[in-house]
Amino acid sequence: MDHTGSVKFFNRGPSPIVRLVFFSLLSLLLLFIDSRHQYLESTRSILSTLIYPLQKLTALPPILWDEADDFFTTHNRLLHDNEELRAQHAADAAQALQLQGLQAENVQLRTLLDMRERLKVPMQLAEVLYAERDPSRQKLLLNLGQAKVADGQAVLDSSGVVGQVTRVLPMLSEVTLITDKDHEVPVQVLRNGLRVILFGSGNPNELELRYAPVTADIQEGDMLVTSGIDGTYPPGLPVAKISHIERDPAYPFARVQCAPATGVNNQRWLFVLSSLDKLPPRPESGAEASSLKGKRSAKAPK
Amino acid sequence: MNMLLQKDREFMLPARATFIAASLLVALLFNGLPWSGVWLTLRPDMVALVLLYWCTHKPHRVGIGIAWGIGILADVADASLFGQHALAYTLLAFGGIVLHRRVQMFNLQQQTLQVFLLLLASYAAYAAVHWQVQGRFAWGFMLASATSALMWVPLTLLLQSLRRPRGNSERL
Repeated sequence: MDHTGSVKFFNRGPSPIVRLVFFSLLSLLLLFIDSRHQYLESTRSILSTLIYPLQKLTALPPILWDEADDFFTTHNRLLHDNEELRAQHAADAAQALQLQGLQAENVQLRTLLDMRERLKVPMQLAEVLYAERDPSRQKLLLNLGQAKVADGQAVLDSSGVVGQVTRVLPMLSEVTLITDKDHEVPVQVLRNGLRVILFGSGNPNELELRYAPVTADIQEGDMLVTSGIDGTYPPGLPVAKISHIERDPAYPFARVQCAPATGVNNQRWLFVLSSLDKLPPRPESGAEASSLKGKRSAKAPK
Repeated sequence: MNMLLQKDREFMLPARATFIAASLLVALLFNGLPWSGVWLTLRPDMVALVLLYWCTHKPHRVGIGIAWGIGILADVADASLFGQHALAYTLLAFGGIVLHRRVQMFNLQQQTLQVFLLLLASYAAYAAVHWQVQGRFAWGFMLASATSALMWVPLTLLLQSLRRPRGNSERL
């Protein structure tokens, strides 16, 4: 009997180096697939269902904290809040009166113009479970899953647009905030109806208005509302306020900074709008249309 | 000699599979707490620390395969790309297993430095992937490896005390 190799007393499977190489390659392969393709979404759904109870549990401490905080609210603060709310209520009541008048007027004008009334979009309440780890990406996870939300639905809070749903899992959905670097919203200046595009900056308190000509009629303090031409956000929702304009004639475009209308990431409850009606398909562009027509006419005589 | 024996005993303490699994779950839970802003950047990565603890203390029980699996779960929980945490934790577990004899020689304070270097390496892998995909190097992740390393001493003390059999501590 000849022993060519060394005798192994304890069999512990492959050596750490082999394992390291195997699992690293596996990770890299997954990374490659996940960043280029969409094949892994179903696997992610299954795994996310597995860890959902864990995530639900992690949302518990803040809730308990809030409740404890409510319990220990001081008499003084309640009085103060009460007073403030009363004042706010009085102001709101005056505005509400005006609003009723304006609404009635609006209905009349619309019927006169034979325009269809704007749809009231149904919305549902969602709770923020947690924010994403990566500080350079502005994302939140909500507690509504597949059954209730769909990709591309708009997310609001009480004072304006927060973002849109970008990934739906069985129990959760991921929301990309308007301040995310890769997110854009088509907006209008409320004062004069100028249409511009608002870009996220990756910073939670800042948005950028790019491609506005130096001479564009915009002022600091202008309110920006959604224009609704993207078919994602319904028109007329407040998005941001212009906070700073830098007009340098050396550049074709002005540098415009805006502050989001809502504290984009200090809410625990948000509204998810149900999907809007699909927009009609884009008309073919001139060149394509004519070439198509050409082909058809060429075929026709045969 | 006596000193050495005692330290070895610390490393030889028994660990049940359920305890290991529970500690990893609690770590995942800790990472999932609603951190935000600066705290999110500074959040110590408990999952990495607990993995490293088991890799250095029980290298034959918790290995690279388990680290990879936990990494995949962390990827799902964090909504990061599949394999990003998995790659980082694989490297971390490898480092922990290869260096476990060396880590055992040092006392807790000295271990912190060793652990910091291991964490730094695994975070570098994480940040490198992030850089390839997002096009920007996130230095914030490096800060997290420092705060994680600072948590090594309290975490080790906690896990050791939980593993020590109750009642017969005088006899040891």
